[in-house]
Amino acid sequence: MIRLEGVTRRFRSPAGVRLALDGVDLTVAAGEVFGVVGRSGAGKSTLVRTLNLLERPDAGRVWVDDQDLMGLNPAALRAARRRIGMIFQHFNLLHSRTIRDNIALPLVLDGRSRVEIASRVDELMERLGLIEHARKHPAQLSGGQKQRVGIARALACEPSILLCDEATSALDPETTEEILALLDQLNLDLGLTLVLITHEMEVVRRVCDKVAVMEAGKIVETGATADVFLKPQTQATRSLLAEGESRTATPRPVGGTVARLVFRGERTFEPVLSRVSRETGVDHAILAGRIGRFRDQAYGQLEVAFAGGDPQVAIARLRAEGVEVEVVS
Amino acid sequence: MFGSNIDWTTVAEAAGDTLLMLVASLAITVILGLPLGVALYATGRGRILENRVVNALLSFVVNVLRSVPFIILLIVMLPVTVLLVGTSLGVAGAIPPLVVGAAPFYARLVETALREVERGMIEATQAMGGTTWQIVRRVLLPEALPGLIAGATVTAIALVGYTAMAGVVGAGGLGDLAIRFGYQRFQTDVMVVTVVLLLVIVQILQVLGDRWVARVSHR
Repeated sequence: MIRLEGVTRRFRSPAGVRLALDGVDLTVAAGEVFGVVGRSGAGKSTLVRTLNLLERPDAGRVWVDDQDLMGLNPAALRAARRRIGMIFQHFNLLHSRTIRDNIALPLVLDGRSRVEIASRVDELMERLGLIEHARKHPAQLSGGQKQRVGIARALACEPSILLCDEATSALDPETTEEILALLDQLNLDLGLTLVLITHEMEVVRRVCDKVAVMEAGKIVETGATADVFLKPQTQATRSLLAEGESRTATPRPVGGTVARLVFRGERTFEPVLSRVSRETGVDHAILAGRIGRFRDQAYGQLEVAFAGGDPQVAIARLRAEGVEVEVVS
Repeated sequence: MFGSNIDWTTVAEAAGDTLLMLVASLAITVILGLPLGVALYATGRGRILENRVVNALLSFVVNVLRSVPFIILLIVMLPVTVLLVGTSLGVAGAIPPLVVGAAPFYARLVETALREVERGMIEATQAMGGTTWQIVRRVLLPEALPGLIAGATVTAIALVGYTAMAGVVGAGGLGDLAIRFGYQRFQTDVMVVTVVLLLVIVQILQVLGDRWVARVSHR
């Protein structure tokens, strides 16, 4: 479990003082997959780096597994860090070491015995499908393979938490999916708490139970991924979600009733809309839409224009069918 | 006749002296320059042991030593050399000034090589719970190894030049031969032979250094 209280971090530069984190409060429950999204410069990278005190806050408290990290002496902090794995956008593997020796590094630093290191590294390479690469150097691997090595290394000391700092941002879509599936599985198998920093919304949809949206050093919105993504409450979230969406839906028809419909779970795959249309005699045009899947449930988001008959009747029927309806105009 | 002045025994002895000076001074230069370079790097701005005062002090000492022309250093060092090794002559007498001339140079090369190590690797090691010493020993030095070897190669070649100059103050070696016989007695053949030998030594050092760098580089 992770808890931040009033965490503030300032960076001084010739241009002046910049607040990278501005009184951030955050709680991540044990076993949760927690996403932090925001534009570059929003402070999400600084945030994840405060979780193992790579970045020491100027004010506030950082609690990890009931330990106040900022109150620890250097030796105790190093011990606490071993319980917090971390993976990086650019992997940060050592060129000078083979894959095997890269994975062994945290165990070597911890002063484990040769025998223990050998068996633990074997186990990790087996689990992550790296055995054939054991004697290679990082430069000989693809991005996805390197990130697997990064994950194996991060898991070496059996952490309870894994911090992922843009861990898939340097990977192509297929490899991203492969790494996300792996992280998802690790969360389920080991009960590992994951904190993912990303600017890719698809990553959050795919694996995160909860999400926090950051803007200008503050968390502006947080909650279950489906709630935040389907019913964004702030402009920051809306504009993040709007990125990468097609803009072909405009212009809108004049005078008609336009509504946003949200389907959750199995409702997504049922012919609700056409049934309501047929039964109420209210036609509809789909202006924009997206059908997809969060980690735990399917969802559909449609923007429709009603035409003919009484739109209110159709809206009432849709709500009765469990569809969330928001009238836009 | 060209070659008539050459006493091959003397040449062989001189070459042996040059190599001895080179190997001994290079070894001590690396032993002293490596930690000095690590200290220069580690106390630098934003580094693992950032310390402005220590960094400024080390940097100043290094700059002062590097700004003294080697031929002057040789003379200035005379009393210190006698104090350290009991003589200012021969191979032993040449080593202290050679080391004092080369160690600050190598330290700067070490510092530069360490700066090339990506910050991310250091951070990753900190995130694993590594101590500062472990970061130096397990990450910085191994990752910078190609650069450290390349730097030692450059330093070794500079030392070859320095040993020749050390000949002026009685260090012996090929430089001494070149000056005393080749220059002062107008024995051009001796001059040519010594210069060719120095050239061969430099060539061999560079080739060996490059090969070693290639072997330890895994980028």
